[in-house]
Amino acid sequence: MQEAIAVSDTVRFTVNGEPRCWQGEPMARLLDVLRYELGLTGTKEGCGEGECGACTVLLDGEPVCACLVPMLQCEGRAVQTIEGLGGADRLEPVQRAFVEAGGVQCGACTPGLVLTAWALLQREPRPDRARMREALAGNLCRCTGYERILRALEHTIAARQGGGAPAAGTGEATP
Amino acid sequence: MASTAAPPGAVGKSPPRPDGPAKVTGATRYVDDLALPGMWHGATVRCPYPAARLLRLDPAPALAADPEVVVLTARDLPGPNVIQLIADDWPVLAAERVNHACEPVALVAAPTRARALAAAARVVVEAEELPAVLTLDEALRGDPRAGGQQPLVLAACTVERGDVEAGLAGADLIIEGSYETGHQEHIYIETHGAIGIWHGEEAGLEVIGSLQCPYYVHKALVRLFGLPPERVRVRQAPTGGGFGGKEDFPNVICAHAALLSRRCGRPVKIVYDRHEDIIATTKRHPSRVRHRTGVRRDGTLVAQDIEVLLDGGAYVTLSPVVLSRAVLHAGGPYRCPNVRIRGRVLATNTPPNGAFRGFGAPQTQFAAERHMDRIARALGLDPLAIRERNAYRPGDVTPTGQRLDASTNALECLRAAAERTRFRERWRAIERERARGRPDDGQPWQGIGLALVWHGSGFTGDGERRLGARAGVRLLPGGRLEVLAASTDFGQGTSAVFCQLVADAAGVPLEQVQVHEPDTAAVPDSGPTVASRTVMIVGGVLQRAAAQLRARLLAFAAERAGLKAERLRLVGGQVLDPQDRVVASFAELADAYLAAGGEASWIAQHQPPPEIRFDEKTYQGTAYPAYGWCCDVVEVRVDPDTLAVRPERVTIAADVGRAIHPVLCAGQLEGGTLQALAWGYLEEIKLERGRYLNDRLQTYIIPTVLDTPDMETILIENPTPASPSGAKGVGELPMDCGAPAIVAAIENATGIAVHALPASPERLLEARRAGQVVQPQHAGA
Ligand code: FES
Ligand code: FES
Repeated sequence: MQEAIAVSDTVRFTVNGEPRCWQGEPMARLLDVLRYELGLTGTKEGCGEGECGACTVLLDGEPVCACLVPMLQCEGRAVQTIEGLGGADRLEPVQRAFVEAGGVQCGACTPGLVLTAWALLQREPRPDRARMREALAGNLCRCTGYERILRALEHTIAARQGGGAPAAGTGEATP
Repeated sequence: MASTAAPPGAVGKSPPRPDGPAKVTGATRYVDDLALPGMWHGATVRCPYPAARLLRLDPAPALAADPEVVVLTARDLPGPNVIQLIADDWPVLAAERVNHACEPVALVAAPTRARALAAAARVVVEAEELPAVLTLDEALRGDPRAGGQQPLVLAACTVERGDVEAGLAGADLIIEGSYETGHQEHIYIETHGAIGIWHGEEAGLEVIGSLQCPYYVHKALVRLFGLPPERVRVRQAPTGGGFGGKEDFPNVICAHAALLSRRCGRPVKIVYDRHEDIIATTKRHPSRVRHRTGVRRDGTLVAQDIEVLLDGGAYVTLSPVVLSRAVLHAGGPYRCPNVRIRGRVLATNTPPNGAFRGFGAPQTQFAAERHMDRIARALGLDPLAIRERNAYRPGDVTPTGQRLDASTNALECLRAAAERTRFRERWRAIERERARGRPDDGQPWQGIGLALVWHGSGFTGDGERRLGARAGVRLLPGGRLEVLAASTDFGQGTSAVFCQLVADAAGVPLEQVQVHEPDTAAVPDSGPTVASRTVMIVGGVLQRAAAQLRARLLAFAAERAGLKAERLRLVGGQVLDPQDRVVASFAELADAYLAAGGEASWIAQHQPPPEIRFDEKTYQGTAYPAYGWCCDVVEVRVDPDTLAVRPERVTIAADVGRAIHPVLCAGQLEGGTLQALAWGYLEEIKLERGRYLNDRLQTYIIPTVLDTPDMETILIENPTPASPSGAKGVGELPMDCGAPAIVAAIENATGIAVHALPASPERLLEARRAGQVVQPQHAGA
C-alpha cells in the first residue's frame, strides 16, 4: 500500500526531451510545475481556466492548456514548452516570421501562439487562412488584431515553398 | 567601403523589433517570471459591499491558522492614505468608508501565494452596508456623498464657440439623439503585478512593476513613504499589454507591494489572477451623450449642442482628463460654426474607472458618428455624402478656436477607404435590397458601414508645456548609443521606433542603438506613456538629443583632424570629409572622445512652440499640437435568425503623419481596431449590486482569431509640423473608429439602429422590438 501511494505521487515524463521524475500532489497544475518548479517561465498564465491559451504547451505534440492539465495526466508523456523550440540565435522559421511580420507586440500571448502555430505547420504543410483560424482559435491575443499573426504563418509557408525543403530547426528560410 | 555606403536611414523601414527574439523564445521575464531571494507573496482583502461603513477588521483567525503571515491595514501606512493622481480621494486601503465593491481594506503577505490567499480569506471584515448609487440615473437623482439631493460631480468642463441657440433657430432641421456605451475591460494578457523591495530607511525603496508610467508610481511612492525622491526607484518590467489599464492602477498595486515589503523586510510580489484583475482594476468610463444638431437641407451642420455624461465610479482617478478629451472630440471631425459641448463626470459606487485607450474620445465619437448617420438618413443622404460635406479641411477652425493646419486629412482618409471598398455603390445596393425585401432563405445578411474620426496626439492643452518632457542619449564605448527615456514599451514597439529615430538623427547604423530599461534611477522623466504622445513628443526630444551628440562628436573629430566641423559629416557610422573620405569611424571617434573625458550623455527637453497656447478656463486655444485622422469601412454578415454578427473585413485608412516603422504602425491600427470592433458588438460588463458579474475570461468575451475580420491598412502620410519626424500619435486613433463603423454596418444589414453598445444579438432584438428601425434609402442623394 505504501508503494501504491508512492507510485501514484511520482510522475515520470519528459520536458523538452529531458526525462523528469516529479513527486508531489497529483492534481498540481502542469503550468505551476513548469513555471515555479522547473523555472520554465516562457509558459504564461493569462486566465487559469482554459480560455486564453497563454499557457499552451505541447503534450505529445498536441497543443494543450497547461493550466488545465493535472500532473497525473503527464505520466509517460512528452511535454514541449517554448524553451524547447529554437533559442534566440536559432529561431525556427515561424518564430522569425512572427518577429518580422509584426506578429509580436507585448509578447504575453506569443509563446503560446508560436507553439500552436509551429505544431500546426508540423502537421499540415499548407493550411489556408480558415484552417489557421481554426487551429489558433484557442490562443487569445489582445494586441495585434491577429492580422499579422496570420501573415506570419503565411510568410513561413511561402518561404518554405520558395526555399525548397523545409528548414526544420535551422531557421534559415525567411522571405 | 563605407564611403560608398549611401546611408539609407532607418526611419520608414520595418526592421525586426529588438525585443522580438526574446519574446518568441519565451526568454522575456515579466513580473510573475521573476523570483527574488527570500521573496514573499502578497494578497488583498476586499470588502464586498458597494457602499459601507467599516466596523472592524480582525486578522486574528488568519494569524491563528498561519502565525507566520503578516496582515496590514490602513492604520499601518507610513504616510497619507492617498493614491496620488489628480485628487486625493482614492485611499490606498479603505479606512472608514467603503465606496465600491471589492475595495481593498487590508493586505496580507506569506511565504507562498497559496498561503497568502488562504490568510486573506480568513481576515474578518465587518461592515455596515450603506445606500449606494449604482448607475448614472441614480447618480443624477442624488448621491449621499453630496448630500443626497444632487449628483456628486467629479469633473466638469464646457467648450463653446459661436451661438448655439441662434444656430439652432436658423437651422432647416433639428435632429436629436442619445447614445450610450458601457464599461470595457482592457484584458491585457498579462495581469497586473508588482514586486516591492524595501532596502531599509537609508537605502530606500525599489519597485518593479508591469506599468506604463514609472514616474507616476515614483511620485505616488515618494508621497506615501515620505522618502526623498532619490531613495525611491521604480523599474518597469517587460509589460504584457496596457491599453491605458497600466497608467493609473499601478499606483495602487505598487503601493501595496511596497507596503508589504517594508513591513516584512523582504521582497514581496503581488500578482493578480484574471478574476481579481477584472473585479479590482479600472475600466473604460460608461457614457451617455446627447446631441441636438441643427442642419441645412443640404446636410451642412450649423449648430451642435452636445451633453456628455461619464460614469466615473467611486473616485476621481484620471476622470477630469478623460472628460476633457471626451469633450474636445465630441463634435467629431466636422466643421460647425456654433458649438456647445458640456461634460460632467458623475460618481457612482462602482469600482473607479480610469484610463483606457482613447481616453473618452471613443465614447463621444461613437455618439457623434451614430448621430451623423441619423442626420444623413433624415436628409436622404448617404453616409459618405454627409461626411464629405462636413469633414474638416485645412484652415477650418475647431470648437476651441484652433485653426487646423495642412496636415488635416479627414477627406483623404474617407475617400481612400471608400474607394478601396467601393463603399457607396455597395452600401446603396444593400439599402435597395432591404427595400425590396429579402428572401427568407436563412442566408446571412451582408452589411457595410463607415466611420470617420480624429484623435489629438499628445497631452491636452498646455500639458506638454507644464510637463517639459526630458529624454536623452548616452554614448557608450565602441560608439554604441543608449536611449534614456522613461517611455515604456508594453507592446507598441516604442523601443524599436526610438532606436530608428536616434540612429538617423545621430548618423549611426541602427544596430548601434539600444534602449535603457525604464528605471527612475537611470532615465529622466519623459512623462507618462499615454495620450499617443510617445513617438511624436518624446521621439522628437530624442532626435534633438541625438543631433546634439552628433554635433559634439563632429566638432571633436574636426579638432583632431585640424578641419572645420562644418566640413565633416557623420553618415552610417563613419565620419566623412567633403570628398567623402573616411576621417574616422564613429566607434573609434567615440572611444577617443570618452577617453578624453568628454561628457557621455545628452539630455534634451521638450519645448512646444510659444504660439501653441490653451486656456483651461475658457477652453480656447490649441487643444492638441496635431490630429490623426482615420476612416474604417467594416463589412459584416448578420444571421437573420439569431442576429449574431460576424465582421468579415475591415479597411482602415489612417493619416499617421509619418510611419516611422510601417509594420508596427499598422499593428497599432489593427490591434486598436479589433478592440474597438469588439467593444462595438461583443464586449459587455454586467453589474449586480455594483459588482462586475462577468469577472473571468469565460464570461467576459474578447475576440478570438475566429471572430476576427481580415484587415487591410492604408497608411496615409502627411507629416505634421508639430514633430521633427512628422509622426503623429497612432496608439489611440483606431479605438475611436471601429465601434461606430460596425454598428453602421449592422444597420445597413438589418435596418436596426443601435444607439447603445454593444450591438449584441439581445440588444439588436431589443432595439428591433422597440421600433428602432430605419427605412431603407433607395434613391440616395
Ligand atoms: S492560462 Fe491556461 S488557458 Fe489561460
Ligand atoms: S502580443 Fe500582446 S497579447 Fe498578443
